[in-house]
This record gives sequence, C-alpha cells and structure tokens, in this order.
Amino acid sequence: MSLVRAENLSKTYRIGDIDVPAIKGVDFAIEPASFVCFVGPSGSGKSTLLNMIGCLDHPSGGSLKVLDTDIATLDRRAAARFRGENIGFVFQDFNLIPVLTAYENIEYPLIMVQEWPAEKRRKQVLRLLEAVGMADQADKRPDQISGGQKQRVAVARALVSNAKLVLADEPTANLDHDTAYRIIELMRKMRDEFGTTFVFSTHDAKIMGEAELTFVLEDGRIPDGAGKGESPHV
Amino acid sequence: MSNLLKIAARNLLRYRRRTLLTSLLIVIGMVAVLLFISVSGSFKNIMIGQFTDSILGHLEVHRKGYVAAIDALPLNLNMQPNATAKVEEALKQIKEVENWSPRLKFGAMFSTFVETTSIRINGIDPQREAATLPLLAGRISPKPKAGPLLGKGEILVPALLASGMKVKVGDTVVLVTTNRDGSVNGKTFIVRGIMEGLSGPGGRDGYVHIDDARELLRIRDAEVSEYVIRLKDMARLDAVSKELKQALGGLTDKEGRPLLEVHTWADLSPFANIARMIDVLTLFIKIMLVAIVLVSVMNVMIMAVYERIREIGTISAIGTSPGKILSLFLCEGLMLGVAGTLVGTVVSMILIYALNVWKISFIFGQQQTVVLSPSLALGQVAAVAGTVIAVAAIASLQPAWKASRMDPITALRHV
Ligand SMILES: Nc1ncnc2c1ncn2[C@@H]1O[C@H](COP(=O)(O)OP(=O)(O)OP(=O)(O)O)[C@@H](O)[C@H]1O
Ligand SMILES: [Mg+2]
Repeated sequence: MSLVRAENLSKTYRIGDIDVPAIKGVDFAIEPASFVCFVGPSGSGKSTLLNMIGCLDHPSGGSLKVLDTDIATLDRRAAARFRGENIGFVFQDFNLIPVLTAYENIEYPLIMVQEWPAEKRRKQVLRLLEAVGMADQADKRPDQISGGQKQRVAVARALVSNAKLVLADEPTANLDHDTAYRIIELMRKMRDEFGTTFVFSTHDAKIMGEAELTFVLEDGRIPDGAGKGESPHV
Repeated sequence: MSNLLKIAARNLLRYRRRTLLTSLLIVIGMVAVLLFISVSGSFKNIMIGQFTDSILGHLEVHRKGYVAAIDALPLNLNMQPNATAKVEEALKQIKEVENWSPRLKFGAMFSTFVETTSIRINGIDPQREAATLPLLAGRISPKPKAGPLLGKGEILVPALLASGMKVKVGDTVVLVTTNRDGSVNGKTFIVRGIMEGLSGPGGRDGYVHIDDARELLRIRDAEVSEYVIRLKDMARLDAVSKELKQALGGLTDKEGRPLLEVHTWADLSPFANIARMIDVLTLFIKIMLVAIVLVSVMNVMIMAVYERIREIGTISAIGTSPGKILSLFLCEGLMLGVAGTLVGTVVSMILIYALNVWKISFIFGQQQTVVLSPSLALGQVAAVAGTVIAVAAIASLQPAWKASRMDPITALRHV
C-alpha cells in the first residue's frame, strides 16, 4: 500500500479571469519509509504539489490519497486534525516560534495539537533533542542559534508527534552547502531511526543526489513518470 | 491552558514597550474612573448627609398642598389632630423608622426693639428634633452642652439674620405673628444660639420650642405643619416611603383625595438633581474608559496578528486547530486587560488611601469645613474591573477570529 498516491492530479490557480495551471495531471506513488525528492526549475510546481500532499491545499482535478484518505474530502478543521496527526512540516525559513525555546518549540505540537501527558511529553522531547543533536541547546531561543541548528529543531518538531510523513519544501535553501548537506543527512538518519517518510523539494543538484527516489517536475508535469533512483528499501 | 497563558505572556513581553504603553493607558483609565467614583461618591454622601441629617430628614409628611405653598408657611394647611394621630400611629408601626419629629412652622416679625425684620420659624420638640437630625446640634454656636437644643422661652437665630441685626447670644428679642384667625400676638425670647446657614430649603430658619409656637399662634390642639422622619437604613427609603403612603392613604378629604403627602429628601432638595448629575458624569467617564480599553487593546491585537501572520501560518500548518489559535490571541488581549486592571486597582487603592490621609476638605455653608473621605465598595471595584476585562476580551475577539480563519498557505507566503 502506498503512503501517497496521485492519479492524474492537477491544480489550477485562478487569478481574476485567468486560469494558471500549475500541476497538469501527474501520477506518482510514494511508499512508506522512503526518502523522496521533487526537483525542477522555479515555477515548475514543486511547492504546489507539496502543499497538496500536506493537506494545505485542495486539488483541482484527479485524485490524491494520503494514508488512504482522499484529501479532497477534508474540510478546514478535518484537514488541520489530519495534519496534526500524520504530517510533519519543515519550512525553508525554519519558522520556529520566536518566543519559545528549542525545547518548547519541539514540545509545541504535543501540547497545542495533540494532548500528551507531561511525563510522556518530556521523554519524547528529550529523545528528539538527542536525536537531532540539540540536547545541549535545549534552552536557547531561535534567535540564539544558527540556521542549521534551527532547522535541526524544526526537523525534531516535525517528528515529535510520530508523524508518518514529513514534508520539507526547500529545507536547505537558506543554508550554506555544508550545513544543507548535514540537514539532509540528518533527515535520512531520522528516516532510518523512526521509519518516517521524508518528501522534500530542492533546486540544489548536490542535495537531490541524496534522495533515494527523485521526481523531476517540468512545467507542472512529471515527464518520465516513475521517478529516478533506487526503489526504497522495502 | 497554562501553556496558552505562557505563550500569550511571552508574546506580550516580546513587545515590551507596546505592552507597557497599552497597560499604562488601561491603568490610567481605571485609576481615573475609580478615583472619580470614590471622590464624587464621598462628596455626594456628605452633601446628602448635610441635608438629611440636619434639616430634611429622610422622609417628611405634610398635609396635601403644604409643600407646594411652603414659602407662604400656610397655617390653614397644618395637619389637624385627627391627621397627626393617624401619622404618629403609622410611624410607630413601621419598624424601619428610627425617629421622627413634629414641627409647627410659621412666619413672624423678628424685633430687637431697634430693628424689625421677617423670619421663618420652626416650632420643635428639642429632644425629638435632635434625635431625628443628628447633625443639627453641630450647626449651633455656641455648641449646645449636654441637654436640649433649646428650652422654652429660647430661640435659635439664623446666622445671616443675627449678623445683619447685630444679635448676640443672651439678647432678648420679640417674635410677633398673626394667627389663622387674624389676631396678632407677640412673645419675648432669649437668644440661645446662632444657627449656621445652609443653602437649600429650611437652611435659614429660626427655631423655638413647639409649646412656645403653639402659645404664639394660640393653638391648643396638637396641630403640626410637618413630620420629619429618620430611617434606620437610608437604602430602604423607597420601600418605607411606599409603606407610609399606604398606611396614610385611608385618610381623605371631602372630595375623597388623600389628605396627606409623603416626600423623600430628594423630592424636597434641589441637591438631588446635582446628585443625579454626578451619577450621569460617572456614567460618561465609564464610557470613556470602555472606549480607551477597546481602542487600545484592539489596536495592539490587530498589530500582533499582522506582525505574526507567518507564525500563524506555521502553527496552523502543523495542525493547531482554529479554536486554539483563537484562544491564543484572546488570551493575549485578556492578559493585557487583567494586568491593567490589577495594577489600576492597586494604584487606585493607594491614591484613595492617600486622599484619606491628606484630608481633602472643602467649605460648606458658612463656616463648616467638611472632610472628604473617599472610599470604594468591593462591588464597585469588581464592576469596573469586570467591565475592563470583558472589554479587553471583546476587543481582541475580532483580531483573534481573523487569525484563526487564516489560510495557512497564504499566511506562510506572507512577507
Ligand atoms: N497562489 C497562487 N496563485 C496563482 N498562481 C500561483 C500561486 N502559487 C503558485 N502559482 C503559480 O503556479 C506555478 C507553480 O508555482 P510553485 O510555487 O508551485 O513553483 P515552485 O516549483 O515551488 O517554484 P520555486 O522553485 O520558485 O519555489 C507558478 O507558475 C506560479 O506562478
Ligand atoms: Mg516553491
């Protein structure tokens, strides 16, 4: 069973009277515990596609199933709940909550999205701080740590409530090369450790080489269908 | 819940100066309102006390038409024995009545053997009058020692008249009056004391013993112009007034209309309107406070939402429910209101305490200084604080709602 399955998926934005087709009928499948990358030039539709997979946006046509749920059927509230339970996000600009410490940022979904008991919560947060190598920076606020460290905290936040799928739209675009590489490494290590599927997008050729499965988007289409790369370990 | 409060508090502290300014505005508004309420309330109570406790009592009973014609002091509108018996019986029955005093009022000529002028006189029973009007003795100089306010053959002369006629305590004066039948009578009195004037009805009257008044007017019966009544609890004024009206309602004239009238102090004193004005002013000041809190909290919350659009997009994307986002921002506005309210209440208490220590006084009447003693009832503080907090919540409702409805993609893309 695929974790994500898209069939003839399309998305058209409407600006005034003009239709802007951003995704023009794509088919793909993503298996559990895979490490997937979408690449393509600017404007090719990477963000649009990731937003739909992340239940942030509705498709205009075709079907998109995430964890066997047809995401077109979810309303605002249901989509929010679905994201909270199943999907983690890592953003290009880190998007940590500035008034909370690293520890509290990771803890946030366990309090505000799910309601975990305090002791279980503490164990989980410490485990993730450890896993992303930020245990010694737990009490620092986002403005007191580097970009790479922020993104580590963000990865931990995305994983903390045991998401089955983590989406990262250009997670390395604001990082220097070495740091970017280390974040991708961290994500892959997390995939190995937690069995979580990671889907990210990038421009960076060196970064995309790290993916096990790569889909190339070109003007809203995936020309060669299946995607390149070794199939994920099953 | 505690986490909501923690995040809200940190966000408020993030913009320390803005939070401080807004809270300061709420504090100032709160202090202004509480000070106004306590000072004006104290002023009002003192003023009302001056009237009710030295001249008017809480309630008065007259024969119908007497109050309308009170400037003429009409002898033919006095209550006759059948009515006075009924009134006194009714007053004994009502247990909220603390004391009452009958008065026989008349106009007379006042002569020092050198000069003559007109005067208004209250014939009183000194014991009853003193018991009904506890502040009356304080208006007499020299201060009466233990014993009645005045004895038979003695008169209390109003201060303005005393100074105009150069009358001193111990002088002999003559009162001359015409009775209801038109016959003239006179009687000499020793000046027992000078009565400080008080603006308002009855504030410039002279006082003699009621027996002397009856003798002068050649009245043998228990005829009375007015009854002055003091209640145990002024808050029961309206209820007692109603009860008394009912008790006296049976007494009618030939045409079947009620013979007697009951008036409250407020019906008789023009100060009641000033007291009402003070209440209206208080209301206006409260409305201003509401406006200040509403505008300042709304302003801060609109800014807060606008500045944190991407943050809202983030927490929304990771699954925070719209309801939680709403409460997050509501909490912030509420906290602002609560903080302002707490500080405002404490500052007000301190200032009111200081006012009581400094003893703000003002001159009232001729010589009497009255010291303000501002105080606040717990209920008043609670009402103002509750209003401020509720308004803060209402003011943050719209921005918080807007935040909770934001589309995560649009919000995340916001620069
Ligand atoms: N909200 C929108 N309204 C209208 N058109 C949009 C909107 N979002 C994206 N588009 C259009 O859809 C197309 C795909 O955009 P998208 O952001 O998905 O590309 P991308 O591959 O993520 O590009 P980049 O690498 O620059 O981030 C573009 O032509 C873009 O102009
Ligand atoms: Mg993009």
